[in-house]
Formats: sequence, structure tokens, C-alpha cells
Amino acid sequence: MTTTLLPRDGLTTGTRTPTVGDHVRDYLARVRGGDLGSLPAVLGLTVLCLAFATVRPVFFSAANFANLFTQGAAVTVIAMGLIFVLLLGEIDLSAGFASGVCATVLANVVSVLGYPWYVAVLAAIATGVLIGLTIGVLVAKVGIPSFLVSLAGFLAFQGIVLLLMKEGTNISIDDKVIIAIENNFVPPAIGWLLAAVAVTGYGVVQFLRHRNRASRGLVTEPVAVVAARVAGLALLLGSAVHVLNQERSINTAISSTRGMPIVVPLIGALLVFWTFVLNRTAYGRHLYAVGGNAEAARRAGINVDRLKISAFVICSSMAAIGGIIAASKDRSVDPNTGGSNVLLYAVGAAVIGGTSLFGGKGRMIHAVLGGAVVAVIINGMGLLDLSSGLKYTSTGLVLLLAAGVDALSRRRSVTTGTR
Amino acid sequence: MSTTPLLEVSGIDKSFGPVQVLRDVALSVYPGEVTALVGDNGAGKSTLVKCISGIHPTDAGEFLFEGRPVTISSPRDAAALGIDVVYQDLALCDNLDIVQNMFLGREKRRGIALDEPTMEQMAAETLAGLGVRNLKSLRQHISSLSGGQRQTVAIAKAVLWNSRLVILDEPTAALGLAQTAQVLEIVRRLADNGLAVVLISHNMNDVFAISDRIAALYLGQMVAQVKTTDITHSQVVELITTGRSRHLGLGAEPDAAGTRDGSESAHLTPGAVR
Repeated sequence: MTTTLLPRDGLTTGTRTPTVGDHVRDYLARVRGGDLGSLPAVLGLTVLCLAFATVRPVFFSAANFANLFTQGAAVTVIAMGLIFVLLLGEIDLSAGFASGVCATVLANVVSVLGYPWYVAVLAAIATGVLIGLTIGVLVAKVGIPSFLVSLAGFLAFQGIVLLLMKEGTNISIDDKVIIAIENNFVPPAIGWLLAAVAVTGYGVVQFLRHRNRASRGLVTEPVAVVAARVAGLALLLGSAVHVLNQERSINTAISSTRGMPIVVPLIGALLVFWTFVLNRTAYGRHLYAVGGNAEAARRAGINVDRLKISAFVICSSMAAIGGIIAASKDRSVDPNTGGSNVLLYAVGAAVIGGTSLFGGKGRMIHAVLGGAVVAVIINGMGLLDLSSGLKYTSTGLVLLLAAGVDALSRRRSVTTGTR
Repeated sequence: MSTTPLLEVSGIDKSFGPVQVLRDVALSVYPGEVTALVGDNGAGKSTLVKCISGIHPTDAGEFLFEGRPVTISSPRDAAALGIDVVYQDLALCDNLDIVQNMFLGREKRRGIALDEPTMEQMAAETLAGLGVRNLKSLRQHISSLSGGQRQTVAIAKAVLWNSRLVILDEPTAALGLAQTAQVLEIVRRLADNGLAVVLISHNMNDVFAISDRIAALYLGQMVAQVKTTDITHSQVVELITTGRSRHLGLGAEPDAAGTRDGSESAHLTPGAVR
């Protein structure tokens, strides 16, 4: 036998520590290759903010900044859940009305039946789990395409909301705790504390990881890049907290409105939790694997059906939390809660943020970035006082633009071999 | 050369409905050796591999693993014995990186979190053990790799899991010259590390470059299993195309009709020249 072989189609060898320059070059190469990540969302956010601020200076006021968070919260949370389903290359069109059903359950339990808020919240989330379980089993076990199952859900849940309201017009919510989510604010000092904890925690995790890898002789990122990321987060959170801690009340003699809305740390906690699940657990890894190549995942011994069902359960449960937030914001639930364009905003948020509709690509932060873009659009167009016709048309165009960027970047990454 | 085969199958029959695909097939695979499985399209190579890996149940036949009789009725059984198949379509996830693919379904954990540094270290050691030095980073996505590099990752995955028998389904079919050489070198190294390797290939250059034995299938029958050094290029081609080689005095009489009972035509002792 011979083992005389031709020279390798050589690439670089060794484990040289990459420099900051390498990092920047790698990133640019990825972007050129079609792996845009969150870049379109960040650019879009900047452009939209500048545009609205130019036309309506009030857009940049502290009060309006706080509004952005409360307006975008429900959509962002629903989008977080949708990302799990989108990662598998599936879709859940019923997430909007699922949040409506859960919100109606919440209102019924807390206002009509008079149970405490935590019972109502648990009931709402349990309803979400049940909805997700039903959709998941129909998709994974029966084999109906998720598009159709959730389209049926879209219609049916709309009806269930009406039935639960007993054809009434709305159920108001008086519970202080539930209303507080969207209408009360974290005291400024606590706000600073939370931001400090978040930045310190992130810094410690990054530092420990860097040290662990270095001690094992693995390739490490340059310290400057790690430090820049931590500093970037500190700057971002710091300025956000600073603005949110400004006095927003028009007449401070009557009342004082300062601090971040309570929903902000709630979304922060959900973001950290689900990011951990997606990036650092075997479950999260398997979600990406199924989205990338379901057959390979199956051969690797992953139970694809169970994974699909779990993704739909997470999606509908997050929709339930979104429904609770929406109920808190309106202080009531009506047949339109979770309806009209909530679902499209949520899908739009995920896709604008950089999650692919084709599966296998997406991160939790995409929901937050995309949710911010959606909130800015809703808020800005409200300030411009546009007609409903113009609002719908322009929102539709933005969504189409995001989906177009997704499709084009995917095509580009197929041709360049990066994804 | 090794004495007992790692895997010895004999008398394998397999039919799909009225079509008998394998007849009384025998094959012995030795640790530390590359056994090339050759045969024309439709000769039954893939079916044989699928029987060995537990995807297709056999109609008849015996399996001996290290001399002990075993039953392989599902892919799980095969995996438990350490039999791993690297299929042509590789079964890699494009959107995951090299380390993530190598550990897919068998991730190392610390608590509930994934233990990435340990996995990366193990992957690096495995690849280094195979002499792979052309990967820029173990954290690059599979989609950014060349065909040869992908094949390398798929093979390394089998090695990482301490497979004892690795079956490669045409690993060089879609590769260029340099990449083919690279993959062949790795396949050879697998055997040199003590694994048993079955290489399905249509390419005689590949077969003669790295195999220790050649097993030739013709119309569902094993017509020869010989040492590579005892046979020439043209004799193998003859076995593949006609089922016999006069120069070797080997080979079954081709069963012209192909419908008669297979047992009577199998007058060759497979692996006769050992």
C-alpha cells in the first residue's frame, strides 16, 4: 500500500492568538459573506430614530423613551417565544391570539373570580403551555404543517377569546401587582443597582471564560475585544438607566415619574435566561441542530418530535407572558388583546432582529433589537399622527424589507458558503 | 496481520420484495486494516452496509463480533458495538461549528451547562491524532468548510466516539485531487490506529492506495475477498464487471438469470485467499 500523498490544500496552521485586527477582519468577512446578524436591526434603529427625531423632536424626550419600552414589551416577549419555533424552521401564527386567550384567562381569574394575582398568572401561563402542547403534538406527531395548525389556531383562539368574555366588550383589571408591570417604575437607585449587577455579571462570565480557555491552551479572544464588549454594555445600560431616571412628570408637585418601567428588568431576566438555554445547554444546541439539518440531528440520537413540541410549548408560554404584559398595559382585556397586528409585529421583530425564517439561525437578543425597531415604528408613527392607512402600509413595507434582507443574506451565504 | 476478524458476517440474505439483493454474503473485517468494498452500481454494497449498521434487518445470516455471535437489529445495536457509518451525505449541521457537530447528541456537560472548553480540547486532540492540520479554527461553521474538510470532520466524529469499525461510503466521490489525498491519508491513519475500516469506493486508485484487502460484490454475491497485494488493478475490474477473474482462479459463475436460488451458485469460499 502507498501513503504517498499530495500536499494539503494548506490553510493556516497552529494556534496563534488572533489580534484585534483579525477580529475586525473576520467580522467584515462574515458580513460580506451574508452573515449580517443584527446589523440591519441596529442600522435600521439608528436611521428610524434619527428620522423621527428630526421630524418630531419630542421623540427624543425622556418620557417618550420610557414609552418605547412599555409599547414594545408585549411584542418583544412574544417574539422571544417565536424564535424557538423559527429556529426549527416552523412558524406559529397563533401566538398573537394565544396571548389574547391567556390574557383573558388572567382577567377572568383575577377580576371575575377574584383570585390573587399569582394564581391568575399561573393560570395564564398554564393555558399557554396547554396551547403549545396541542399545537406541538399536531405538528410533530400528526404531521400537519405548522403553518396550517397555527392558522387554525389563529381563527379558533379569536373565537375562544369572545367565548371567554361571554361576548362582553372587555374585562377590566384592578389588581395592583399586574397593573404595576407596565405602569409602575423601578426606583432610580435600584435601577442603577440592576444595571451594575448586569454589567458586573457579564464581565465576570466573560473574564472567567477567557481565563478558563487560556489555561487550557485554547485559542482566546484578545483581552481588548472582551473589555470592549463589557465596556459597550456598561455604556449602553448606563445611558439607558440615566435617561429613564430623569423626571418625566409634567407637574412634579402632583407626582413624580422616574425610573425604568418594571417590565424592563423582567425582559432583561427573560433575555438572560433564554440566552443561557439557547447557547449553553444541550437542549438549545439541539434546537439549532434540528433547524440546520433535522436528519443529522435524528441520526445523532436527538428526539426531534419531542424537541418540536417543547419549542411550541415555550412559544405559547412566552405568548402568555406577553398577554399578561398587554393586559397590564391596557389595565383591561378586550377581544382585540393580542389581535390585529400583534402577531405580525412579533414575527417582524424576530426577523428584523436577524432571526431567519428558514430555521437554524437566531438568537434571543434578536427579539429585543427587533422589538425595539417595532416599538420605534409604532411610537414614531403615532407621533407623526399618520392615518391608519399609511401606518399599516409602512409597517407592512418594513416587514417585507426585513424578510427580504433575510432571504438575500441567506442566498448570499449559500453561494459564499457561510451562514 | 490480525488473527480474529473484528466483525465476521456470513450467509447474509436480503430481499426487498421479489428482488433478492444479497445472497449468502460473507465478509470479514480486521482491526488495523482497511477493507475496500468494491462492486458495480446495484451490486449490493450499500445494502450490505445498511445490514451491518442495523438499518435493514437481514433475512438470514450470522454476525460474529470479535468471535462472539451478536445480533444487529437496529442502528442502536450497531452503535453499541462501536460500528459507525459515515454516509455520503455526512449528516453534519451546516449552521453549527466543528466542535458542536462532533459532539452533537453526546455533549459534555458541567452541571446543566455545556462544557465547551473540554469539548473543544477533545475535538482538537482527536483531529490532531488524525493528522488534521488544515482547519483554521474549530469554531468555524461547517458551511465554511471544503468538501474534504467536511469529510474529515465526519470521520473524526466517529473516532472521537471510540468506534471500533468505521464504514465509509464513498468518502472521496465528490472531492478534488488534493482533498482526496488528504481524506485517504486520514482513512489510512484510522486503520493504523487500530480501527477496522471498510471503504466503499468506485475509484481503483483509492482502493489500491490505502486498502489491505479488497472484497468484491457482484450481483449480490461476494465473489472475492483477497489481499490487495495479491491482486492487480485489472483483475479487480474484471471481478467487478464479470464476477470472476480467470487469472486468479476466483469468482462465482455469474448467475445469468439472477432468479435461481442463490445458494447453489455460491461455490466460492469468501475470503479464500487470506
